[in-house]
Amino acid sequence: MKKFLTFLLVMVSAVFLMTACSQKAEEKAAEAPAENATEAAAPAASTEPIKIGVAGAHSGDLASYGLPTVNAVKLYVDEVNKNGGIDGRQVELYIEDDVCKPEVATNTASKLVSDKVVAVIGHICSGATKAALGIYKDANILVISPSATNPALTQSGEYPNFLRTIAPDDAQARLEVDFALNTLNIKKFAVLHDKGDYGKGLAEFAKSFLDNSSVEGVSVVLYEGVTPGAVDYSAVVQKIARSGAEAVIFGGYHPEASKIVTQMRKKQINIPFISDDGVKDDTFIKVAGEFAEGVYATGPRDTSTNPLNIKAVEEHKAAFQADPGAFFINGYSAAMAILNAIDKADSTDYEAVSKALRTEYVETPLGSISFDERGDAIGVGFSMYQVQNGAYVELK
Amino acid sequence: MDYFLQLFLSGLTRGSIYALIALGYTMVYGIIQLINFAHGEIYMIGAFTALIVASVLGIMGFSGLSILILAGIAAVIYSSAYGYTMEKIAYRPLRNAPRLSPLISAIGMSIFLQNYVLLAQTSDFLPFPALIPEFEFIKPVSHIMSSAELVIILSSAVIMVLLTLFIKFTRMGKAMRATAQDKKMALLVGIDVDKVISMTFIIGSSLAALGGILIASHIGQINFYIGFIAGIKAFTAAVLGGIGSIPGAVLGALILGWTESFATGYVSSDYEDVFAFALLVLILIFRPAGILGKSTAQKV
Repeated sequence: MKKFLTFLLVMVSAVFLMTACSQKAEEKAAEAPAENATEAAAPAASTEPIKIGVAGAHSGDLASYGLPTVNAVKLYVDEVNKNGGIDGRQVELYIEDDVCKPEVATNTASKLVSDKVVAVIGHICSGATKAALGIYKDANILVISPSATNPALTQSGEYPNFLRTIAPDDAQARLEVDFALNTLNIKKFAVLHDKGDYGKGLAEFAKSFLDNSSVEGVSVVLYEGVTPGAVDYSAVVQKIARSGAEAVIFGGYHPEASKIVTQMRKKQINIPFISDDGVKDDTFIKVAGEFAEGVYATGPRDTSTNPLNIKAVEEHKAAFQADPGAFFINGYSAAMAILNAIDKADSTDYEAVSKALRTEYVETPLGSISFDERGDAIGVGFSMYQVQNGAYVELK
Repeated sequence: MDYFLQLFLSGLTRGSIYALIALGYTMVYGIIQLINFAHGEIYMIGAFTALIVASVLGIMGFSGLSILILAGIAAVIYSSAYGYTMEKIAYRPLRNAPRLSPLISAIGMSIFLQNYVLLAQTSDFLPFPALIPEFEFIKPVSHIMSSAELVIILSSAVIMVLLTLFIKFTRMGKAMRATAQDKKMALLVGIDVDKVISMTFIIGSSLAALGGILIASHIGQINFYIGFIAGIKAFTAAVLGGIGSIPGAVLGALILGWTESFATGYVSSDYEDVFAFALLVLILIFRPAGILGKSTAQKV
């Protein structure tokens, strides 16, 4: 028994040693590009380099959300440095991994603060971002996230140093409600969701926007969650018919949406069906077939024809021989926005840069963007799409 | 009143589907005291077979009703083959093992079949053609009931009557009842118990396949995971009615369907499952063997 225990102990410690080693190796690998940048910058810079932090999930299961932003920032900063930098100063990157874990994110933030960065591009996940924000706030460091969509991050007003180049979750609900009220002139709504975090969150926002709407006579006549994967939704559909709703707003994903739409149309309930980007998916049209026709869904504004967008994607393909991943464009735009603001402010002073971000418009792959008082990007957002002849068409 | 009728009919439709699947659970349990957790997957395989056959026939230019019949036959044959094989490789070798072993084998079978279909087909939802012919009722009825619902309710009823007749009046039915009562004595009087058990699996699988094709053409989509929830609900229905009892399974399924439908209609669909399972708990407290189940003293 004793022998066995010793053996176990040795094995366990061996495993720990190995992971520790590999972690060090990874850190080194991650730091390498930053060091290169420093070397390149040193001879050319007449003044001190501008230090920018890049934080997010660069390892672990969510790395695919964080690494595209690292690539995007590197691509853009390389180009800026090649063209002489900002006001003659080179840009230096400090890339730190937070694995999308709040407890790691606080360490990451402290590290970047001690590195004396001017601004941070990141973090990636809403939870990690929230954990890190307090530390940056105390150190007067601007944070610009390409992907943290939690509405409270900007709306709570707690973090004046936080901005983002992605629309918050409630923007979709806002668009759905405004569209239904102003374009379709609907008064009575059935709001449904799939009981999930995403779908229920959207439905709650939609309901509160409708309840607080200034338009007269607007009411939510039905607010319910359906069971995902249930055999049949005909009872819910009957309820929609009985409630007298003039439109359905649904928060959730396409499998439930297609079932509900199909059963509604089969029961001759031909009221508008408005949903979110979980439904703006070609699978929805494939599954719901003819019944998908006329369904409204919000989705990220289509910027793939923007020349800057095309250029950024091509740069990525040239540099990495692969298509960019999630939030690449948002990360690229975040880097453009922050460096543009430093350029316009002619300093790295927190107040000046923060003001420039909120007053100056900058051309990015997402279009011409600026930031509102709360820190949400103006000009970034969602569009309403409608299924017409078997394809989603953006409604202008 | 209209509203009540609509909910009643939607509960009846749902209940009929549950009943078709629940019969498989209850028959298998009645004969070998095994809860066949892979039964929901047989239902899913039935629906997939029907989809593939229907697509091929559609391309070849067959028309609506003939596709329904041919796809139904194919689904029944294919699913029965799966049910038969499953019993042979996963349960028969474990027949004299402790009761837990075949149960775990069943769970393994369920996961295996799900993943097999996931790999062989796709994880996406697939559109299922509306095989049940659409027709309009006269005005006052049309908004209460759709043709698909009527077809589901009627065909389930017919299938269940046929099953009852089969078990009551045929030699095989008699053999099945005998085996259910006492396997050893049935063997002694010359009944081929292995054949009877295989037959039970074949019949249960056929019913599940029919349930699969009916519901899939009603709601218009399938994926590899549909068997799980339908299986759980049908299993609940079987326990509710008294597992092992055939009329019990049907009654349990209908009660479950109505409970869900009325809970959705009059309270909120948020509580659909809450009501369904609260009912199950209540009934099991007062009638541990289920509504029509007979509580027999266990031999120790």
